[in-house]
Amino acid sequence: MADRAVPLARWPGWSTGTLVGALILGALVAVALRAEPGAGLRPADWAAVRFTVVQAVLSALISVALAVPVARALARRRFAGRRALVGLLGAPFILPVIVAVLGLLTVFGRAGWISTALGVLNLPPVQIYGLHGVVLAHVFFNLPLAARLILQGWQEIPAERFRLAAQLGAGPREIWRLLERPMLMRVVPSAATVIFAICLSSFAVALTLGGGPRATTIELAIYQAFRFDFDLGRAALLSCVQIALTVAAALVALQLGRGDGFGGGLERPVQRWDANTFGHRLLDGALIALAALFLMLPLAAIITSGAAGLPGLPASVWQAALNSVLVALASTVAMLLLALPMAATVAAGRGGAIELAGLLGLAVSPLVIGTGLFVILHPVTDVFALALPLTALVNAVMALPFALRILIPRARQIVAQNGRLALSLDMSSTLFLLRILLPRMRAQIGFAAGLAAALSMGDLGVIALFASPERTTLPLQIYRLMGAYQMQAAAGAALLLLALSMALFWIFDRGGRGHAEA
Amino acid sequence: MKRLAIAAGFLCATAAGAQTPELTVYTYDSFVSDFGPGPKIEKAFEAQCGCDLNLVGAGDGAALLARLRLEGARSKADVVLGLDTSLIDPARGSGLFAESGVDAEYALPVEWDDPVFVPYDWGLFAFVHNTDLKAPANFRDLAESDLKIVIQDPRSSTPGLGLLLWIKTAYGDAAPEIWAKLADNILTVTKGWSESYGLFLNGEADMVLSYTTSPAYHRIAEDDDSKTAAVFDEGHYAQIEVAAKLASSDQPELAEQFLQFMLSDAAQAAIMTGNWMYPAVLPEGGLPEGFGTPLPAEQVLLLPSDEAAALRDLALDEWLTALSR
Repeated sequence: MADRAVPLARWPGWSTGTLVGALILGALVAVALRAEPGAGLRPADWAAVRFTVVQAVLSALISVALAVPVARALARRRFAGRRALVGLLGAPFILPVIVAVLGLLTVFGRAGWISTALGVLNLPPVQIYGLHGVVLAHVFFNLPLAARLILQGWQEIPAERFRLAAQLGAGPREIWRLLERPMLMRVVPSAATVIFAICLSSFAVALTLGGGPRATTIELAIYQAFRFDFDLGRAALLSCVQIALTVAAALVALQLGRGDGFGGGLERPVQRWDANTFGHRLLDGALIALAALFLMLPLAAIITSGAAGLPGLPASVWQAALNSVLVALASTVAMLLLALPMAATVAAGRGGAIELAGLLGLAVSPLVIGTGLFVILHPVTDVFALALPLTALVNAVMALPFALRILIPRARQIVAQNGRLALSLDMSSTLFLLRILLPRMRAQIGFAAGLAAALSMGDLGVIALFASPERTTLPLQIYRLMGAYQMQAAAGAALLLLALSMALFWIFDRGGRGHAEA
Repeated sequence: MKRLAIAAGFLCATAAGAQTPELTVYTYDSFVSDFGPGPKIEKAFEAQCGCDLNLVGAGDGAALLARLRLEGARSKADVVLGLDTSLIDPARGSGLFAESGVDAEYALPVEWDDPVFVPYDWGLFAFVHNTDLKAPANFRDLAESDLKIVIQDPRSSTPGLGLLLWIKTAYGDAAPEIWAKLADNILTVTKGWSESYGLFLNGEADMVLSYTTSPAYHRIAEDDDSKTAAVFDEGHYAQIEVAAKLASSDQPELAEQFLQFMLSDAAQAAIMTGNWMYPAVLPEGGLPEGFGTPLPAEQVLLLPSDEAAALRDLALDEWLTALSR
């Protein structure tokens, strides 16, 4: 596809890609330049790198491995509540870390629901703390995301393929070999890479569930370098290690994920004639039920503990909630302005570097980006006044990798399907974008926008570095409430956050899917 | 000419508006929350200073210092409030702070004659537990019990660092041995105090590293008698929280006035039931009902700030080694 003429200008994607790369690398360079001579990396840092890679690889592989059967079950079945369930898949991912950890431990902890139930049966409690706990938490966060990304892969197989397969009498095994496996070979590596990159910058989850300093990650080492030793050089070096690891993973994924797509179809709703035996239905039903249970129990824990605190929330929480919603909306717009040109250019071919630039947002520690921006902006402007716009911008950049994963495959498909016709009609780049590409990407744009909005709602992000009392976001307010012993109010605020994030996600996601079945 | 007069009028008006001086105070996050002492202190100080007090929350103590070092002399901050005894040495070394000019009769467990850093409250680290638990009497007891504790990471949390110095001060060269024995009692280590305390309240652990004054919060604010702090016979490590004036401040007099105000009855009362710490200067009414008296001075451990700074890295290495096995 690389050298084919396409009716799409490449410069917008290159410009936004360069902008994103410059923003992130600029922040990193600013931190490095500000550094005083330091000790460089220590042996303990390398131990942190090793642990980080091990947990991130395990988390990514297990999330994806479990997501494939769940996504397949969701792709094959239609049932009441399916839309709600698919929507809910976004939920764990958008929770602030502290809320999710407390929710997870309410279920899986030593005094949690499962341990209590085991106690009734005279069994010992669950041993959650350790590497397996870290992986469990990361799977909780990322399995739903992986399932959504992979489900999207299924939905991009044209309905005509399944129809043809059914006419030829293909059973589940043949469909797996001819349609599903080739699709997974393209989709799974990129999904695994994003999850790997997210888990690379995990800190509080890894430490708490990991049970102590054995579970020291690169992000914690950066945190230590920054605030314990004030060694900015080491913080920047560690961030470079994060980038190198992410880039390496991305290159492997690009290599593995090659191969042509299925091309286009007539965009009819998919109908499946295979896997309709009782056994298959039972299997899919069980998988969906298990996944739903795994995701919903911790959410239920958050809801039960937050319900009591919800009515008495102080006014500042509502103000913070409003700020958060505004930041989320601004961040969503910014993300789309960055992501759509990038996705279009990548779809037009020769955009590998742009995809990499898009991944950087996940690769670099938020602490380093925030500090770098601070170092750059502080001499020229009032950083406090810019706290909310900066948060929106950084959140947009962090959502970019997910958005690109969602947008690029569909954009490729559309270009492959309509590109030649558009060229033969001498269609301009703008016209192709407005009339062909964007309308056909509605569902993907909706999903990406929902994810970006929800992610921004839940992320503590850089606001913690710049906030003043009047300009807080909801996650920061939750931390402040907890810091002042107000655990009940904090739980109430967490429930509010969960509800608002879900609502934003739902509105965007549904808005995009208004015309087709999800 | 008329236009010029109007323009001049505007200019005067804005100049008059700008004459309300503004004092910017960097502090930690929980201080500025609705339930922290920040709002009360802001109101009381603004009533007497004719100024605009701008409280800015920026993480916790260590993050505050890192922030000020990043900003250097260009900082907008006039005062920093929320460093503690373990940060005084690096803070002094940064050269960012000026002498306070504040003098007071302190009610601190140690003599205080630091000309730069003004203490505004203090507390003692302790393990908080439910009253129905039979608490250990010291770290050795704790290590031999099968109680589970949650603590905070010294690399990311001030109380976590406090525990490190507590054990190092109490046990010296035997500290690594204590940590090794404690390893199986430590359920987990969290990034900050909030996560730990939340886990403890959820019933996940038997005891949590916090302050001797934490139960007072539950008694006074929640009318809940079920929490208490274990008294250890090695003594308890102290944390004295300090404020200081930035050398680069453009409001040095106002900054000094604020530092002095922090020791007033009004501010100290707000601190006690907002920060849940002991007052640095005993206010007229004494400690609030239900607060409990602090432990006697001989039960209080505290390293001088330069010694604490010198021991810090060694203590951290010992901690990492003992708990990484």
